[in-house]
This record gives sequence, C-alpha cells and structure tokens, in this order.
Amino acid sequence: MSAETGARPRAGWQHFQHMADIGVDGHGATLAEAFEQAALAMTAVITDPSRVHPDTAIAVSCTAPDDELLLVDWLNAWVYEMATRDMLFSRFEVTIEGHALRGTGWGEPVDLHRHQPAVEIKGATYTELCVCQDADSTWHARCVVDV
Amino acid sequence: MDLSLLQKISATLWRIEPTGAMHVPGLLFADEALVRAMDHKVYDQLCNVASLPGIVGAAYAMPDAHWGYGFPIGGVAAFDPDHGGIVSAGGVGFDISCGVRTLLTGLTGQQIEAVKRPLADRLYQTIPAGVGSHGRLRLANREMDAMLRGGARWAVEAGYGQTADLDRIEEGGRMAGADPEQVSRHAKERQREEMGTLGSGNHYLEVQEVVEVFDPEMAAAFGLALGDAVISIHCGSRGLGHQIGTDYLKAMVIAAPGHGLHLPDRELACAPLDSELGRAYLGAIRAGINCALANRQILTHLARETFAELLPEARLDLLYDVSHNTCKEEEHRVEGRPRRLFVHRKGATRAFGPGHASLPAELRAAGQPVIIGGSMGTSSHILAGLGSQQAFASACHGAGRSMSRHQATRRWQGRAVVDELSGRGILIRSPSLRGVAEEAPGAYKDVDAVVDAAAAAGLAKKVVRLAPLICVKG
Repeated sequence: MSAETGARPRAGWQHFQHMADIGVDGHGATLAEAFEQAALAMTAVITDPSRVHPDTAIAVSCTAPDDELLLVDWLNAWVYEMATRDMLFSRFEVTIEGHALRGTGWGEPVDLHRHQPAVEIKGATYTELCVCQDADSTWHARCVVDV
Repeated sequence: MDLSLLQKISATLWRIEPTGAMHVPGLLFADEALVRAMDHKVYDQLCNVASLPGIVGAAYAMPDAHWGYGFPIGGVAAFDPDHGGIVSAGGVGFDISCGVRTLLTGLTGQQIEAVKRPLADRLYQTIPAGVGSHGRLRLANREMDAMLRGGARWAVEAGYGQTADLDRIEEGGRMAGADPEQVSRHAKERQREEMGTLGSGNHYLEVQEVVEVFDPEMAAAFGLALGDAVISIHCGSRGLGHQIGTDYLKAMVIAAPGHGLHLPDRELACAPLDSELGRAYLGAIRAGINCALANRQILTHLARETFAELLPEARLDLLYDVSHNTCKEEEHRVEGRPRRLFVHRKGATRAFGPGHASLPAELRAAGQPVIIGGSMGTSSHILAGLGSQQAFASACHGAGRSMSRHQATRRWQGRAVVDELSGRGILIRSPSLRGVAEEAPGAYKDVDAVVDAAAAAGLAKKVVRLAPLICVKG
C-alpha cells in the first residue's frame, strides 16, 4: 500500500471491508491519482477492470465545498454514467483545481457474458470517507460504496 | 457488542443509558447471542441517532441490526416536527422503500415441482434482473411524474395488475404528498428504463413453499396453509431512489451548519422537518416510495404473465406489500397522548396490529402481515403485527449479513453454491456467478434466530415459515 522510501508513491487501489457493502481506497502521488484509482476500485467492485476495454471516452465535471465531498461527487458521477449509459469504465483521468474537477473515463458497454458484473452500485457514501495524505506523502481517497 | 455497555431489561431487550449528547436512550431488541454478534458500530450509531434533535422515545435497534450508514440497518427512530425534529436522508438510505411483497398462488409446492425447471427458466427470461437490465417500459417525462405521484395505483391504471391489489399495499398503493418537482433530472434519467426491474445485490424474486405453520388461525386469515406455494418479490425504487439519496445526502450535509445541526457522522445528514430542504426531501422520498410500489407492481404483473403460461390454474392474489426503508408521518400514542411523528425505519418493517384503520377489512382482525425475507436458499417468514407501541409498531426486516462480500467470495464459488442449492431442490437463476457467491446463504445471519427474537420481544407474532423452491437473483 505504501511506496518505498524516497520513491514517488505508486498509484494503486484496494478494497476494504464493510459488513453490508464494500470500501474503495485509491492511492497515488497526487490527489488526482488517488481519485482516479478510487474510481478504478469502484469498477473492480462490479467486475475485473482488465476485462473492460477502454474504447469510448466520457467526460464528467463536479464541484463540492471540500475534497471529501468532491470524492463522493466524482464517484457518484461514474455511478450515474454507468447506470444511464450501461457502460463500465477501466481508465480514468482527472484534473482538480480547488474544489472543482474535470475528468474523463474510458470504457465500453456492459457485456454480460464477458464482464459478469456482480452488483450494481447504488451510490458512494460518506461512511469511512477520507481524503488524506500518509506520512510518506501518498494521497488516499476512500469511502464505502453502497451495493 | 460488549454486553457490559448495556443494561439488560429482559431476555430480548437491552438499554443504552443516555449520556453526553443523547436526548433519549438506545433500546435493542435481541437475544443475548444476537447482541453479542452485533458490530460495535451498531452501538455507536444508536448513540448518534439518539442525539438528533426532536427524537421521541428512544433510538431502537431490531434483532437483525448491523452497521449501516449513519443509522444502523435495522434501526427505528421517530421525530416530532413540533419539537425541532428532523428528517434524515442518511436514515432512509439509498434504496428508498426497498421492501417485500408476497403473492398467494392457489397452488401447492408439489404442483410447482412438476414444472419447476421450465418455470425457473421462464421467470428468469421474464423478470429483468442484474446489472444493466431494462424493463419493457420507457417512461417519458410526463408519465414519469404521473408514476411518481401515483405509485402502484398508476401501475394498475397502466394495465399492471388489478385494483384489488391496492388494498394489500401500505398506503393503499399510493403515498400521498409526493412531489416529483423535488426529484432531480438525474434521478429521473436513471429510472427511465428501470421500471419493472429487480436490480442486484440481495434483491430477488422467489417461488417459496409454506413448510411450517406456527399459528394456523392467523395463517388461515392470511390465506396460507402448509404446503402452499407463494411468490415473494424483494426490491426497491431502483436508480431513482438511489439518486434521490445521493442528491439529498449532499444537500443536507452542506446545509447542516446553517440549520444549526452538528453531525457527529456526515452520513447522519438531515434537515429540520420544518425547513425548505426538509419539506423538499419529504416530497422527493414520497415520490421514491411510489416508484418502489410501482416497480413491485409491474414485477407482479410479469410474474402473473409467466404463471399464466405454465400454470394457468394459478391465481396470484397479493397477500401484502411492505416497505422497510422509509420515513413516514404516522400517529402514535406516546405516554398516553397521540402524536404525529415522522418514523424512520431503516431496515425495519412496519407492524401494525389488529384493528389498525389502515388495514383492509379482511386483514383488520388479524393484524398486518410482516414479511421477513431470508437470503437465497434460507427460510423467509411471515409474521403478524401486534401493534406493540414498542419501537412505534416496528419489527425486523431480514437476516442481515454476517460476513462481508469479500469474505463470501473467498469462501464460496458461485457455481458450487448454485449446484449445492440445486441438490437441495432450490433452483437459482442469476446473471452473475460472482453475485451468487457474494450472496451465499452462509454469508447471512440465521433468519430463524432473528425472527424468534422479534417474536419473543413482542414486536410481531410468528405465522408461517417459507422455504425457497426457485430464486431469480439480481
């Protein structure tokens, strides 16, 4: 989870446990990377992201009064795009300025056979919500998503 | 949960003494084994709920309580608008008016056995289930608003089901006071193609058999006898409800300081009942309740169509439809005095007793059917409300998970779960094997123990136990 001392923290994601649902935790060298990885972690709740071809780009933008609400908005923007477009996304890019962000996700329409989606996500929640930096400066963006 | 934190009132009632910011005590209805197995977060969350303004009586936890969002799942709390009471988007959660309805069939489990496999296959083809599934219906804006105002009544008028169904649905199938204007464009967009769909996670349509009768007289009043086949449908307000939850959680968190509300957990997001935002949310959530009622009504129609093809002698009459994620304005007697309260039930079922004015004439003597869904492969139960004023006439709603989805997928393979259940005569039909593994029966608490505790606590009376024959899993 943490990077080697002195090296640029590596971007990545993991899930953490919540009894009824599941937590997503993205990390990286920057706030933006942590957000991108958190979105990828959310895709991984539904399916294996490596099975999702990043063919089509969709853009989103959000504003919120602080970084944590911005993370929830960012994830919920993808919950909305997945639900209304019937798509899954496997690559994300975001730029964050203050408490506003503009992002792009790359993905493809859901293929039930290939993706075997396990659950749909109802929404990102404020439970275990945290946007913060480690002692080694790695950014983390995490919260529980309701499935 | 650490028992030393609680005062034992009886074998099935435990009290948290009000301390600090708590206005009222916390009360847990559960036996000792269930309390011990509960997450400590249930304790924290009950204490937080007890600290919200205008709370009346106590913050209650049902026997199936587990760690939720702000409120515990299996939580009940009522608020008085005349005493600064609040309404909480977190307290209702994302799946507004998620609930269960049970249909009688006029058939026995044995009659189902003869066509079980083709029936399972046909139901799976007919009932849209799982990620990305769509209903046959696509709602334009005007119809969307009519649905949000009309609920199951709108669905019946649109040709889904019969007028007699409406008596057997809480609120007569239509929640009054819905305001589609308070539902965002995004919420409506998410719902456009999701009418008449099950969704995923723990939602299902099951064909079940009555395998145990605890109270033959009450069972007869509900039209149930040993060996009967019934159908139960568990789902909610789909994307529309999820988006209403998302929209109002954010709005309430941002507005909280302006309303003078200090939230110990942002997930407790709430607004005074007597505020513009509080009223807007009530208008939206009532629209969400109608969406859930319409959704279950359309799924009922699809089930009837399928049964008519394969078992034309079946008569699918609705026994009852309950919602277990709601906030509703109700009258309750508190210390002998009637009061209008806004009762939040998050993973809790309303359990009105005999004689309640809202019950249809045929059920009034018996009390309200309280439908408790099990998990795939395990029992479900039908209880009868006792009208107990404990917890504002509420009971449990289901088993509750005992392990996370991750733990479940590490322990079970979807295919093995399907084969094992098939060996026990339970046919599972699901678009996702991983979804099946996450919902494996062993990942849930023992629903029988939960129901026994609810009955022992006097929240509701046991009537029959149901075992699944076919499960279409979202």
